[in-house]
Amino acid sequence: MRILTYLRQVLDAEESVRTTNNAVALEDSKLVMDTMDEYGVEEALRLRESGIEAEIVAVAVGAARMTDALRTALAMGVDRAIHVETDIRLDAIAVSKVIAQIATREEATLIFAGGQQADWDSHALGAATAERLHWPQVTWTSALELKGTTLTGKHDADEGSESFTLELPAVITTQQGLNEPRYPTLPNIMKSKKKELRKETLDQFNVAPKLNFVGAEIQVKNRLNKILDGKDVPAAASQLVDLLRNEARVIA
Amino acid sequence: MILLVVEYANGKVSKSTWEMVSAARELAHTLPGESPVTALVLGSSLASIAAEIARGVDQVLVADLPALAQYDPELWSAAVAQIATEGEARAVLIGGSRSGREYSPRVAVKLDAPLLEDVIVLKAAGESITAQRYTYLARVTETIAATGPVVVITIKPGVFTPASPGEEAAEQFDADLNLPTPRLKITGKTAERSSRVSLAEAEIVVSGGRGVGSAEGFTQTVEALADELGAAVGATRAIVDAGWRPYSEQVGQTGKTVQPRLYIAVGISGAVQHLSGMNKSKTIVAINRDAEAPIFKIADYGIVGDVSQLVPAILTELKK
Repeated sequence: MRILTYLRQVLDAEESVRTTNNAVALEDSKLVMDTMDEYGVEEALRLRESGIEAEIVAVAVGAARMTDALRTALAMGVDRAIHVETDIRLDAIAVSKVIAQIATREEATLIFAGGQQADWDSHALGAATAERLHWPQVTWTSALELKGTTLTGKHDADEGSESFTLELPAVITTQQGLNEPRYPTLPNIMKSKKKELRKETLDQFNVAPKLNFVGAEIQVKNRLNKILDGKDVPAAASQLVDLLRNEARVIA
Repeated sequence: MILLVVEYANGKVSKSTWEMVSAARELAHTLPGESPVTALVLGSSLASIAAEIARGVDQVLVADLPALAQYDPELWSAAVAQIATEGEARAVLIGGSRSGREYSPRVAVKLDAPLLEDVIVLKAAGESITAQRYTYLARVTETIAATGPVVVITIKPGVFTPASPGEEAAEQFDADLNLPTPRLKITGKTAERSSRVSLAEAEIVVSGGRGVGSAEGFTQTVEALADELGAAVGATRAIVDAGWRPYSEQVGQTGKTVQPRLYIAVGISGAVQHLSGMNKSKTIVAINRDAEAPIFKIADYGIVGDVSQLVPAILTELKK
């Protein structure tokens, strides 16, 4: 079988966000593979290590920086990578059109994508890709097993979690808790330099953005930051309750 | 028309639906021409739900079918896309719940429509619909615009003021649907404890993290404080993973997003993933041993000290 795993290179969650000219500035900031996508790479590798014969292809759509995420995935152990390079900002619905075409061309039967993008906070890519391929999907997967062509596992639903079974082909969106992604080892990093990382252009996919990005701003709510010293426990407790009752007026 | 898909639980229309009614009305005001708000109710045994939402919208479409007894993304997206097409909907409003966020992209693809996700501000401007939403783990507010005959929109819960039901009930119609056979089989569900007010609907939320020490520590501090204040209980990812608390209480990137009037963080250091689920709360209180913890940077009030001593003292003070 062939597994596609969708990747993005994003601002590290620990980095502070800056904006210039009404847009988020990424220059001089630490960028990493989206951690939500990393769980999909790891899960694909684990499926193969469990004895399933599979080729794993990492796919990215977007700016030049996405190449770094693909290189990380190659170093983790995926077999090859495809980067559809474009500076056009494509929303998830538009990107799903590219991923679906690549999945069809590559005859993939399983696609992994992160449950939520750490930069655009979108949840849409997995489900939109599944719809274009007329495949079923499972989102927010926290446990997964593949036997033959049957997937079983657990995922998060509106309230609590659910166990599921599903036949391939399918799209799975991943999240924290599914696995512990590995770090690339030096020998694997060396080996990965010989692996194929193919660049493709967007024009062959007949895709245009579905959304226009008007602007971005950081709205910081000014907080009072009245922080009390808790060494004198009764005094601090009394003062806090007084502030909440009589200043903030948020409790009775 | 503006189509909105009703969310409900335990035989009642959810607060998120009344928030969607407000969002739909705001959008209708800014769209050119008449835009009646139509509610679509999907499920089985829906009479009371349909009657309740009828007092908030202009028209109700009901698909009350045994086949819809359980939510499924393929069923829901097929039903919503069909009704949107037949009714020539200008906008389709879907709740920003976990299920809404997973079937709405399918609706957008079926309709060849743009998708505005987790919207906090919504209005029409000429030919387009513009929206604001949070990005970068809720640290940035972004403005986006969608153009097209129909736009699919998910509404972030807890942001729009919930509409109140009126006196008159709108007319109800049965929806005739062509439904696919669902392929995802749900074989089990975790039970949900819900003796307290739910996180999504709570005015006050008390949450705990590793700093409460143990599952027992959580009960003695966070739960005791929540019960005194009539608040919902929240938890960080770390202690849910540790098995101290159920997933349904998790607040943050991979859990729930809350915006209560008062959020009390007990023993929470404030990882950015947790902050993204609560940083829009009106007033934030932090109680933590570590003065350098990031939670204090976004707190209005806080105490640096021992949680296990401070919380009982606060309880004593509250009872005075």
